[in-house]
Amino acid sequence: MHAPDGFINAPVSAAAGLVAVGAVAVSLRGARRELDERTAPLAGLVAAFIFAVQMLNFPVAAGTSGHLLGGALAAILVGPYTGVLCVSVVLLMQAVLFADGGLTALGVNITDMAIVTTVVAYALFRTLVTVLPRTRRSVTVASFIAALVSVPASALVFTLLYAIGGTADVSLGKVVTAMVGVHVLIGIGEAVITALTVGAVIAVRPDLVHGARGLRQRLKLRVNGELVDAPETGPEPVPVTARGQRRFWITGLAASLVLAGFVSFYASADPDGLEKVATDHGIDEKAREHAIADSPLADYGVEDVDDARLSGGLAGVIGVGVTVVAGTGVFWVVRRRRTGEEADVTSPSGTSV
Amino acid sequence: MGAGHAHKLYRHGHSPVHALPPHTKLAAVFAFVLVVVSTPREAMWAFAVHAGLLAVVAYTARVPAGFLLKRLLIEVPFVAFAVLLPFVAEGERVDVLGLSLSVNGLWGAWNVLAKGTLGVAASVLLASTTELRELLLGLQRLKLPPLLVQIASFMVRYGDVITGEMRRMRIARESRGFEARGLKHWGVLAKSAGALFIRSYERGERVHLAMVSRGYAGSMPVIDEVTASRAQWSYALTLPCAALAVCLLGWML
Amino acid sequence: MTNSVTTAATDAVTASLEVRGLAFAYPDGHQALFGVDFTIARGERVALLGPNGAGKTTLVLHLNGILTGGTGTVTVAGLPVGKRHMAEIRRRVGIVFQDPDDQLFMPTVREDVAFGPAAAGLRGPELEERVDRALSRVGMAEFKDRPPHHLSFGQRRRVAVATVLAMEPEILVLDEPSSNLDPASRRELADILRSLDVTVLMVTHDLPYALELCPRALILSDGVIAADGATADLLGDDELMRAHRLELPYGFDPRSVPAATSP
Repeated sequence: MHAPDGFINAPVSAAAGLVAVGAVAVSLRGARRELDERTAPLAGLVAAFIFAVQMLNFPVAAGTSGHLLGGALAAILVGPYTGVLCVSVVLLMQAVLFADGGLTALGVNITDMAIVTTVVAYALFRTLVTVLPRTRRSVTVASFIAALVSVPASALVFTLLYAIGGTADVSLGKVVTAMVGVHVLIGIGEAVITALTVGAVIAVRPDLVHGARGLRQRLKLRVNGELVDAPETGPEPVPVTARGQRRFWITGLAASLVLAGFVSFYASADPDGLEKVATDHGIDEKAREHAIADSPLADYGVEDVDDARLSGGLAGVIGVGVTVVAGTGVFWVVRRRRTGEEADVTSPSGTSV
Repeated sequence: MGAGHAHKLYRHGHSPVHALPPHTKLAAVFAFVLVVVSTPREAMWAFAVHAGLLAVVAYTARVPAGFLLKRLLIEVPFVAFAVLLPFVAEGERVDVLGLSLSVNGLWGAWNVLAKGTLGVAASVLLASTTELRELLLGLQRLKLPPLLVQIASFMVRYGDVITGEMRRMRIARESRGFEARGLKHWGVLAKSAGALFIRSYERGERVHLAMVSRGYAGSMPVIDEVTASRAQWSYALTLPCAALAVCLLGWML
Repeated sequence: MTNSVTTAATDAVTASLEVRGLAFAYPDGHQALFGVDFTIARGERVALLGPNGAGKTTLVLHLNGILTGGTGTVTVAGLPVGKRHMAEIRRRVGIVFQDPDDQLFMPTVREDVAFGPAAAGLRGPELEERVDRALSRVGMAEFKDRPPHHLSFGQRRRVAVATVLAMEPEILVLDEPSSNLDPASRRELADILRSLDVTVLMVTHDLPYALELCPRALILSDGVIAADGATADLLGDDELMRAHRLELPYGFDPRSVPAATSP
């Protein structure tokens, strides 16, 4: 959903714009670190791919079809930094060239559709790949879940922005249930397509799947008929630390789940929480009929979500996503510092970025 | 989304608006939309004046009204949302034709419709009077990070190539009797998407080789730079300035 | 003959390209080159022939230092290919890739042709003049401001040649220049290549084209130079041709057509 101008008020749009600028700046640096001088052509081509694949229609039933949003796919295939850049550029071009999405809403659109989807999907994907057994099927499963959660997470952030800077006084609960509910269903489609596409790429060029780099085999080099171990292209994790890392991830995921459970419990215990609003979701019958007939989401054949348990459960799912993101952030900071120290020890002259 | 891959909005012409440097137009449209978004929704007359201002620009640029109006269709999903608003919003309600509507929701709907429409119209005017290449130069001139502009220009350059590949893959599928009809065909489509990704990525690598072969070392050489005179700037900024006056009046009245 | 590239300043005796003992294996373990040796003198037009998978593209990517890390040396006009002179090497070795869509990455023809010289530091009218000259040498001057994807395939290939000519290279390396061209574009390109007085190394499957343009040919097979001689002699040696999976088109007899003469 590309938000148009005026959907979110000016101050919140500006704030979201700042968030987008910051994230894009970080991604520019990150992508350069990952791809160095190849960044521009590779990210440009991947952006063109995302742009094209958004036009690939996946038929659902009798004349209706859905299409890919691509945030999760981009994150898994090319990594979070390049992913953010690619989707942001697609959104920028859509706004400037096709008037799709307002210029002042660009910050909002980049924040929820480029940053949130990519970061949530990648964090979740990496966690799952680390925790699950090291097989291709795990990669597919991880892609599925990552994409599934990324879409409602994006909707949730959009709702949050709407809650702060929305220009109409709609109860937050209604927006949450409508947005998140519908987007879970969109997310299922996104998840299936993403998982299948990642599976298709991994079957042919596993080395191109950024998120599954840990699965690669050691390479051999044949020099004048003799087989020699190829020089390592990247830092190979030492087995001991790998195991330690895996334990870290499992603990983290378990903690996230507990926390998520707590969040959902809190949400349902609170009389003003999501469930309450969801059950009070009273829309005039006539109005509803009209609304659904005209709704852009009618394509997806979605009934309004009025199931209280579902919305509670969703809060849990989103909770996992958000917690994992926060946890990953902390983990990255800690690890970055640690590797930075190690680098300093091994090469006193080496400067890290 | 999916509005087509070519830059279909551009209309070739030689109007004064076409002749303006791209970065002045980008800045003017952005400022105009910002002013429109900041205009109080209660000042309905102000939006009429904003629309009038755009009409003047469209007239000067010789963009026909029909073209402009057709393009506004992109907003339809949000029109639907706006239609929904009066029914679901909170607060005081009024009865219109037997339906109970929220006053606040009505204002909200008007707000989204008016501002969104003006925003789309302004963007369409920009896109229909500025060539693709110029837009990229304009973004570059407006100090967008060079790497981002490079990514955008590669995307623009290869958008056609990649969608062309996608089309050929579809034709190849259909030539062999395959037609995607339902969920059970997603696997095949996803395989195509995967293959498309691999092709795109590998092309990216080849393009990089071609660039490196011609001396690329991480930054694009500056070949073109757009400049604008003071007169051109003031001409372009007439639009947002007039709109700003209207907006301020809207707040005061 | 159009404006010539001035190479007189350098010693005319120095070979344009010298390859010695080049061996290379890809990181995936596949070894493509097993010790390649050859020399190309200034002003020569040489065809590099070989079956699919013989290592032709791998060899080409060594000529301007995109692939390195194996053994052996490549020297361009006396300058060894290596990290130290990379910018100069890439200016001197102009590679025209097989797919012009990969080569033409800028939004307009003019900017694409200007890319190489601009990366080398050329600016302003001098750059403009260089672009115009390169485009007129391939007969594409009037397409200057068009986006590359609006051109026909043959036109794109010609612009691709211009992008490389604009760098005034010591040696022009063409990867399958005649592929996907209709007969007219194929002939036009041959005329253009003949009119240039630069050293040319042409990698191709198109044996009649090689015979038409290149007096000398190399056969690369299984990662080594299997034969080196006059193109007409090589194409006329049925046994040699069969041994390296090279086949002439139906009805084509290399002895019945005039071979290319030295430029």
